[in-house]
Amino acid sequence: MTSGDGSNGGGAGGQGKLPRKRFYRARAHSNPLSDSHFPIPISPDEVDLSQHYPRYFPSGEGEGCQGDAAVPRIRFADVGCGFGGLLVGLSTLFPDTLMIGMELRDKVTEYVKERILALRASNPGKYDNISVVRTNSMKYIPNYFRKAQLLKMFFLFPDPHFKEKNHRRRVISMQLLDEYAYVMEVGGIIYTITDVEELGEWMRSCLEKHPLFEAIPEEEIKADPVVKLLSTATEEGQKVARNGGQTFQAIFRRISLQE
Amino acid sequence: MEDAAGVEEAEVGGGAAEFAPALVAAHPLGHSVAVAVGPELRVFDLTAGSAVSLSDNSGGGSHSDAIRAISFSANGVLFASAGDDKLVKVWMTDSWCCIRTITSEKRVSAVAISNDGTYVTFADKFGVVWLVTMGESGGEQEPTDNKPVSIFGHYCSIITSMKFSPDGRFIATADRDFKIRITSLPKKPLKGAHEIQSFCLGHTDFVSCIAFTCLSEGPSFLLSGGGDSTVRLWDYINGCLLDTYQVRDKVGELLEPNETEDSNLSVADICPTNDGSLVAVAIQSLNGVMLLACDLIAKKLSFLKVVTTEKCYIPTSLSSSFSADLLWTVMGASNMPNQATSQLCTRLKIIPHFKKDPLAGCDHVPAVLEDSEVPHGEKLLLALQGSLDIAKQEEVLASVLAALKVSMHKMLVKKHYSEERREQRKRGRNDKKIKKAGNEYLTCNVLLWQEEYLQHLRSPVCRLHLICSPVEFHRKTMQFELDLDGILFPGSKNSSLMRKGNDRELEFIPNPGEDG
Repeated sequence: MTSGDGSNGGGAGGQGKLPRKRFYRARAHSNPLSDSHFPIPISPDEVDLSQHYPRYFPSGEGEGCQGDAAVPRIRFADVGCGFGGLLVGLSTLFPDTLMIGMELRDKVTEYVKERILALRASNPGKYDNISVVRTNSMKYIPNYFRKAQLLKMFFLFPDPHFKEKNHRRRVISMQLLDEYAYVMEVGGIIYTITDVEELGEWMRSCLEKHPLFEAIPEEEIKADPVVKLLSTATEEGQKVARNGGQTFQAIFRRISLQE
Repeated sequence: MEDAAGVEEAEVGGGAAEFAPALVAAHPLGHSVAVAVGPELRVFDLTAGSAVSLSDNSGGGSHSDAIRAISFSANGVLFASAGDDKLVKVWMTDSWCCIRTITSEKRVSAVAISNDGTYVTFADKFGVVWLVTMGESGGEQEPTDNKPVSIFGHYCSIITSMKFSPDGRFIATADRDFKIRITSLPKKPLKGAHEIQSFCLGHTDFVSCIAFTCLSEGPSFLLSGGGDSTVRLWDYINGCLLDTYQVRDKVGELLEPNETEDSNLSVADICPTNDGSLVAVAIQSLNGVMLLACDLIAKKLSFLKVVTTEKCYIPTSLSSSFSADLLWTVMGASNMPNQATSQLCTRLKIIPHFKKDPLAGCDHVPAVLEDSEVPHGEKLLLALQGSLDIAKQEEVLASVLAALKVSMHKMLVKKHYSEERREQRKRGRNDKKIKKAGNEYLTCNVLLWQEEYLQHLRSPVCRLHLICSPVEFHRKTMQFELDLDGILFPGSKNSSLMRKGNDRELEFIPNPGEDG
C-alpha cells in the first residue's frame, strides 16, 4: 500500500526527470541463496529484448528471429549493477553495444529502470542500449545468455561476505566462474573491483586458478578506457574515492582451455 | 497465530522430506540386480540364482541412512551407493565386497562411475560435484591423499541425477532449478571440470532424471524427465531441445480425473532401451510404466503404450541391463511410519520384452510378469523385496505412494508464496518484531500524519522523528521503516513526532527550521 505510493512518487521521472534515490530505499543485501519468486526466462530464447531495447527491437519482433546473425545481442553484463552508474557511463562509451545490468534487489532495479527511462527521455537517441533486469545472476546466468555471447562482464564492489561459511555467497568463485566462462566469448574480459582487500585477493586468486581465464598485462589495462569507469562511474567507487580508500582490481581475459 | 501455522507446516515438511524412494539398478551385463531401500542394499546374483551377502573391506561403516543413489559402472565391474548418511561406498561386483568408503561433507544426492571405472563422482545437497580416483590406474596423476576433490557445482541447488556420456567425454548433471548442465571431462579431472559444453534448458520445473541414449555406432542423445511431467530429448552437445513429450496428454485419459487434478504427474524415472528405440517412463500417479517410442533419426518422441500394473503399484525407479530385455521396476520408501525397519517396504516387478519390435506394433503388449514368472521366483523376490506378501498389503503401498509424493514435492518443488504471505513473513521477522497492540495503530497514525505532512511540504517526503523512550524509539523507528518502506526517513532531525500522554497518540511537530 504505502510502498506503492513511494514508487509512484519516485517514478514521476517518466517525463525525463531523474528518479530520486530516496524513494527507492532498499536493503543493503538480498539473500542470493533463497528461492526466487520473480519470473526467470526458461532459456535465453525467451529473453524478450524488445522490452529492454525498444529502439533496437521495434514492435516486439525481437522474439521471432533468433539465430539471425544480424540481430543484435546483449554483449556486456554488469552483474550486481546497483544503481546503474557503470551502465550509464558505458552507454555513451559503446553506443552500439547492448548491455544489461543485473540486480537482485527489486527497489534498486526499479530505480535503475526509471533512471534509464528518464535518461532516454531527456537525451533522445541516447541510452537506448542499456537496460536492467531483476534477477539472481548467481543462479540464472545461463538462462539469460547463450554460450560465448558476452564480451565483457563486470563485478563492481560485490558483497564481501567475510565469514567463511558465507563464502559461497560470493559472486566470484571457482564454481561460478565456470558459468561466466561459458557465457563469455573467448577473448572477452571480466572486470572486478572492490575496496575490501580480502575480497580483492579472493577474486584475483579464483581468476588466477581458473584455467579459462588469464591475467591481462598491466599496459593493456592502462589503455582500456573502461577501467577508468570502474572506480569513478559507480556510487560505491565514488564513495571509496571520497573516503580516500584503496581499491583492488582484477581484470582477466577469457581464454580457451589448454590441456 | 499465523506464526504457529507456519512452524507447524515447516515441521511437517521437514519430516516428509525424509522419505527416500526405493531404487533399482540392473548389472549392465545382467549378472545381478541391486535394490536399495532406506539404508539397506539388497543384491541378487542372477547367474548363481542366489541372494548376495555383502562384505566390507573398506573399513568404513555400512549405510546408516537412506540410500539416495546407486549406479553400476558401464562395464559392470564397480557399483556405487550413496545417500543421506554422507557415505559413498564403492563395491566390486564380482565379490560384492566394498572396496572404498568415502565420507562426504554433505548428504549425497547422486553418484556416477566414469566409463573406464577410473573415477567415482558424487554430488552433494549443495550442488557440488566431487570426484575420487579409484585404484592405481591414474599413474601420472599427481599423488593424492585420495580425498574427494570438488570439480564443479550447480549453485546451491540439489543435483538430482548425474550421468557420464557414452563416449566418456561429458558429465551431465540435472538439478531442481530446472537445469541440465553438460560439463566436459578434462584429461586431468582432479583439477576440476570447468569447461561447460552446454546447458539444456527447457524444463519448467525440477529435473528428476536424465539418461543418455544412442543408436548403435550413432551419435548419442540425452533424455530427461521432470516435475513438469514432460520427457525431453536433447542434442546435448549444443544444448538444443529436440522434442518434448507431455505425459499428461495420455495419462489424463487413463487416470480418474481426481487423480490428475493435483497435477502431480512428475516423471519419477526414465530408462531407455540399449538400442535407443524405446524409453520407459515412471510417472508419479500412474500405476504402470509408459513406453515412448524414441526415434533418434527423426528426433521425435511418441507415445507407444502404457504397461499397466495392479492398482497400487506405482514404480519409483526403473532399470534394465544391456544384455537382457527385462525392465526392472521397483516401488517402495524408507522411513515409513508404523513400519519395522527390518520390513522396509519394497515391491519389485519385471516387464519382459523391453525392446522395440518393429513388426509387432501394438498387438503384442508386454505384460508385467506375475510373481510366479519372475526369474528365480520367490528366492529373488524374497531377497529384493524383503518379504513375499507385500503384494497383499495394498494400504501399505498406498501410504508409500502418498509419502513419496509429499517428499518429492517438498524436496524439489519450489515453494510459491503469495505476495500477502511474503509480506506477513516480513512482518514476523525477529528483527522487526514489535508489540502487536500498538503496532497497527501507530502505523495508521503515521500514515495520517504523513498525508498532512505531504501537503505541508508539497512533496512526498516525510521525515519523522519519534520521541519516546530510547528503546521504544528504536523499535518503532524500525517498524516505520518497514511499513512505509521507501517513504520514511526516520531519525532525520528536521521534524518530530511527539507521543502524547497515552501510548496510542502521536503528535507531529514540524521543526521550525524546516526546509519547505
